[in-house]
Amino acid sequence: MTTTDVYKYKTKPLDCWQWGKELRLEAYQELVSGHEQGKLMILGCAATPYGILAGLGDFVFLAGEPYGASVAADPPFSIPCMETFEAKGYSRDMCGYMRNFLGSMYLDKYYFTGGSFPKFDFAWSVRHCPAGHPKWHEIVSDYQGIPMNYIDDESMLAEGGDHQHRIDYIAGQYLDTIEWMEKVTGRKYDDEKGIQAMRNYFRNEALWGEICLLNGAIPAPLDIKSMFALMPISMLRRHEEVATQFLTTLRDEMKDRIASGIAAVPTERYRMCMLTPPPWSFLKVFRYLENFGVVFVGTYVYLINSGEVKFLYEEDKVVPATVPEERSGWPEMKTREDLCRTIARWRYEHPFQSHLDTRKKEYIIMYNHWKANAYLLLLNRGCVPMTTNMYDFQRDMQAHGIPVSMFEGNFADCRDIDETGVLDRLEAFLEGQGITKLVETV
Amino acid sequence: MIAAGVDMGAHSIKVVIADGDKVLARSIAPTGFEPVEAAEKALADAVNQAGIKREDIQKIVATGAGRKSLPFADTSVTEVTADARGTTHLHPSVRTIIDIGAEEARGIAADEQGKVADFAKNDKCAAGSGAFVESMARALEIKVPEMIELSLKSTKDAPINATCAVFAESEVVSLIHSKIEKADIAHAVHDAIASRVSSMVRRLSIQNDVALIGGVANNAAIVDVMKKHLGTDIIVPENAQYVSALGAALSAAA
Repeated sequence: MTTTDVYKYKTKPLDCWQWGKELRLEAYQELVSGHEQGKLMILGCAATPYGILAGLGDFVFLAGEPYGASVAADPPFSIPCMETFEAKGYSRDMCGYMRNFLGSMYLDKYYFTGGSFPKFDFAWSVRHCPAGHPKWHEIVSDYQGIPMNYIDDESMLAEGGDHQHRIDYIAGQYLDTIEWMEKVTGRKYDDEKGIQAMRNYFRNEALWGEICLLNGAIPAPLDIKSMFALMPISMLRRHEEVATQFLTTLRDEMKDRIASGIAAVPTERYRMCMLTPPPWSFLKVFRYLENFGVVFVGTYVYLINSGEVKFLYEEDKVVPATVPEERSGWPEMKTREDLCRTIARWRYEHPFQSHLDTRKKEYIIMYNHWKANAYLLLLNRGCVPMTTNMYDFQRDMQAHGIPVSMFEGNFADCRDIDETGVLDRLEAFLEGQGITKLVETV
Repeated sequence: MIAAGVDMGAHSIKVVIADGDKVLARSIAPTGFEPVEAAEKALADAVNQAGIKREDIQKIVATGAGRKSLPFADTSVTEVTADARGTTHLHPSVRTIIDIGAEEARGIAADEQGKVADFAKNDKCAAGSGAFVESMARALEIKVPEMIELSLKSTKDAPINATCAVFAESEVVSLIHSKIEKADIAHAVHDAIASRVSSMVRRLSIQNDVALIGGVANNAAIVDVMKKHLGTDIIVPENAQYVSALGAALSAAA
């Protein structure tokens, strides 16, 4: 095999990479200094439609899961956090993100500065996952003595029944929450600011989803590590216009890369995708596998969390989402009631809420869309809900003829990852697929 | 083509020298703390046995846990590939391969060409491996061969409930103090291993024929309980412990 055979595609860094890094850095700097500048500092979860908070004025939103992931990626900081949390009597099999976050709080060490852990003005979120992330926020609320509220939207996951009744119930809670926020902050809510921020939020979710879908091209214009590096812009700045500008630029640049055949991984010959977040302390696994010509084209969870797409189940297709105001039958948001009802309905119909049986169809649709060769599944000790049904998914995928590799680990606890064992297992899987290390064959 | 397959196992190093698909020699050496030296010795023994010179070997293929640390190997294949290759060469009808080694157990689904279709491995757990048998033999203060013999004479079930080899040892001590017969305890240990391994292998949709290889395949008690757990007959190839090394040698031609 010659060098030309191995390096099949041309490659170059993203033109907008530097801009992306600056926007990401600004987001983290806000988390450090925003509160001191008089901005509200609010704790929530990553799936919270936090754009609604813009109606209260300037704010900084710390989502617990991305913070937990940032800590998890740094074992020397992470391990003392988790040990502190466990020493409080909490179980080691609880949410990995939560253990890193709460440990950091109990240690009074803020990851982004090394200084004191911030005190929030209040905590507010939606039901994020069966792991009960609002319960985590309740611990913070008790510990810091701050107000806490939460949107009860468990009903979203039920199939069948009265959809309109559910949407009314959820919309009513958002309205109540705005009144509650005014009370706890002493600020008057500006409906127009909240509406505009959520318009940006919806737009940026749709853009991120579209960007993820563009990785269905061969060769893939972006690799998963680069996507993770840029995802904080969509995850943390979803309500901002500058995020729209950046994500639009990124999307357009990806289209140019596709038209010019520019690859993220010039040796691409085998494409894999995931369902879950990666093991954050072991991201080098993706770079290691590039030595085999393997490119990871995406992960389902971040397609529909910080992103949105539309699944056309009857056609086995997936397409970019439209924003709510562009959807047939959805009213323009003019009032607070419109805002709350739109958010409630949007979340209700979001793929994030899909039933497990529907998810199975979505995984197959995504696999085909991404033109993947295999799925990599993580049996995640750090997230019980994410691991539930994983063997079921594996069997279902294999029944569809999809090769599946699975490894046990933890997305947020480096102590639960046998790095050598994982690489060995992946090598064995790839060998069975006829994929060996490229370096040895050139 | 004369090739050597070196299985760098956790407990022992196995070498097979083959000329095409004809086995010329087999040898084994304890891995110990100097695996490379042990591998050199095992290879030298095999070369001697085969009546050839070291230079006659055109390719050396390593496999096993220590395969990447063998400096004189020309290339390596994973144990999964080696197991599938070796087993289906000896028994082409086999579609499910179970390899129980000293530290690890694997289940492999192979297709008609001997290629790996799927596999499962135990993860950071010695409870389904040879190490567990040895550990329990020590707890019973007998040697492993005696434990196997006793196990086959067992008349009563004495289940071991712990899912961990360490906790199981405590449980065995409790059974001894409860005056449970050694034969029944020995059988319970083997049954626990078979249960764990079978549970892992069932993730693969077991297809006949089923083969058991690796060092623990020489344990007749394990073979007996595995058959019961899987509900099917099990082929144990001759020289089961060397199948992975054979597979590595055969892959030299690929």
